[in-house]
Amino acid sequence: MKKDIILAGVGGQGILSIATVIGYIAVNQNLFLKQSEVHGMSQRGGDVSSHLRISSSPIAADLIPKGKADMILSVEPLESLRYLPFLTKDGWIITNNKPFINIPNYPEIETILNTITQKQQHVLIDADRIAKESGSARSANMVMLGAASPFLGFDDDCFFNAMKAIFGRKGEDIVQKNILAFQAGKSFAIAERV
Amino acid sequence: MMQKQLLLGDEAIAQGAIDAGVSGVYAYPGTPSTEITEYIEHSKEACEKGIKFQWAANEKTSLEIALGMSYAGKRAMSCMKHVGLNVAADPFMNSSITGANGGLVIVAADDPSMHSSQNEQDSRYYGKFALLPVFEPSSQQEAYDMMHYGFELSEKIKLPVLLRITTRLAHSRAGVVRKNFRSQNEIKLPENLRQYVLLPSIARKQYKDLLSKQEYLENESQNSPFNYYFEGENKKTGIIACGLAYNYYLENFENLKSPYSFLKIAQYPLPTQMLQKIYDECDSLLILEDGYPLVEEQLRGFFNNGKTIHGRLDGSIPRDGELNANIVAKALNIQHEEGESIPDFMVGRPPSFCPGCSHIDAYTALNEALEEYGHGRVMSDIGCYTLAALPPFNTINSCVDMGASITMAKGIADAGIVPAVAVIGDSTFTHSGITGLLDAANANAPITVLILDNGTTGMTGGQPSPGLGKIEEICKSVGVSSEHIRVINPLKKYHTENVKVIKEELAYMGVSVIIPRRECIQTLNKKLKEKAKEEISA
Repeated sequence: MKKDIILAGVGGQGILSIATVIGYIAVNQNLFLKQSEVHGMSQRGGDVSSHLRISSSPIAADLIPKGKADMILSVEPLESLRYLPFLTKDGWIITNNKPFINIPNYPEIETILNTITQKQQHVLIDADRIAKESGSARSANMVMLGAASPFLGFDDDCFFNAMKAIFGRKGEDIVQKNILAFQAGKSFAIAERV
Repeated sequence: MMQKQLLLGDEAIAQGAIDAGVSGVYAYPGTPSTEITEYIEHSKEACEKGIKFQWAANEKTSLEIALGMSYAGKRAMSCMKHVGLNVAADPFMNSSITGANGGLVIVAADDPSMHSSQNEQDSRYYGKFALLPVFEPSSQQEAYDMMHYGFELSEKIKLPVLLRITTRLAHSRAGVVRKNFRSQNEIKLPENLRQYVLLPSIARKQYKDLLSKQEYLENESQNSPFNYYFEGENKKTGIIACGLAYNYYLENFENLKSPYSFLKIAQYPLPTQMLQKIYDECDSLLILEDGYPLVEEQLRGFFNNGKTIHGRLDGSIPRDGELNANIVAKALNIQHEEGESIPDFMVGRPPSFCPGCSHIDAYTALNEALEEYGHGRVMSDIGCYTLAALPPFNTINSCVDMGASITMAKGIADAGIVPAVAVIGDSTFTHSGITGLLDAANANAPITVLILDNGTTGMTGGQPSPGLGKIEEICKSVGVSSEHIRVINPLKKYHTENVKVIKEELAYMGVSVIIPRRECIQTLNKKLKEKAKEEISA
């Protein structure tokens, strides 16, 4: 088993929480994991990415080589394309379709979405709306994780246990909201693929 | 066996230090080294063990405190980013002459590709410069293990050791297994109470001692568990891979099986015999190192008249920037993917001020006050406020090293650009700005210094600001007159007033200090969140 995933987004969108949840599961299943993060300047509203590598055999590099990522999981549509060179030929882009516009020259959203839908295997999801509907506008990242979960090959319980362990100190309410967001994201992705 | 813990490279170092019996950890925050000391700060275990820790005023004071702890016989660690080691270069270079008593590990976190830095200097040169052993971990587990090994070596050979990491290791997580728990040392004075007295007569003797230890250190590298030689089937090219470069090399092969002979290096000084072996056995060499071509340069020698040595100097590897598996593949002519190209419409998303940041209002006021004087007179410094170099502000004209704003402003004023302006943050000011302000005050230079006081070390995540509540007193005590120390509130509603204050001080032909003071929006939000949580649980 080997999964190479690029996580993408803008500083503050919670991509590192996605990485933490997957990382927790990987460690509990005795898998090898390397996860490289971006800290520092990029956190001030800049682009943020993380290379997440999981494997049943030892992993060499902290960075995924170009053309080798199985999936780009992005909380923002423009950011999903920034890492295109890393994606393998039949790889998946799973991205929120809601733009986060904090730059004056943000490209036309139609152009971005067309590029994703025409060129790649994809799941486009309005994570912001689904998160709000599931009860927590701040859980768009967990909606995205839910949408990506069918591709990751872990049982739902693994995700729920990880969320309990990781978000538990923030209160049971937060855990439940994240689980609901995750489930809503997963349902959407499954319906979309049919 | 203990369960693996997922740790950042930085965290593995911190946990390693705790488990190796460290008694004090000192640092000034700097990306990518900050998380080492943050881990100590938040570690229950470190707290229970009474491990001292402090965010020091700067890297120099941090290393000197650690050196004092080592003098007293206890283990100490000082952590900094690569350019921080420039600031601490004085104690660092001299600590190799004093030597250590309790184990002393100095961590320098380099930033190849300058993700968050002004240069990509390679700290291994400092190790070589000071004639000290250097460790360069290739994984988080190795980083952890090297803390035990490093402290042990330091105490055995009575020298400080340098741990050199890079951003990629510092900020990447992997499973780490903890082992070997050592208790802290008791106080034990150095056997020779003049060991740390570097009078020339003593220093000359101790320098000879340092030189005489080099053979031992090389022997240690030769027998180090972190350095090893692998004999491959293909001897056309031999690979020397240092630190993380080892991973980028192996990444290119199925099951991580190397067809070439390689030498993995993670401990310096370089093991001559190992180098000799791979040099003799292979037709040519490819040197892979993240940073400067330190090993490559030494192996090529000045005339480069031995076997062919490939690397950063002959263009096989780009001369600058971080390594990766693709770069190595290209250098070895291994087939590799390039992936799809990024769409043409892609635009950058540079970092920007947080909404509500006090710097926005300070710079808006400064820009307006400066309109009548024209561009090119604002020397700035290192922190979030450096973002004012970008649109829409375009305010600042320099960012060089910690504290350089005030001194450079003094320099441009001396050259005749008057009024000259310096912009510096509160934490940067106490790091290295105070002495410059003393220079300016002594010369009564016509400069206006804005100390943007948000009460924290913001850029690196909100560590305490060492000069909190002391800024005006410091300015007064170095000779800035009270009536030219003006505190303003950087809020939109005070904009007109603030512009007026800045204009008044720009017109003053001596040293003025203006302190726009408002808490960092990030630390404020964090406090409000914590307060709300307390209220819920209460």
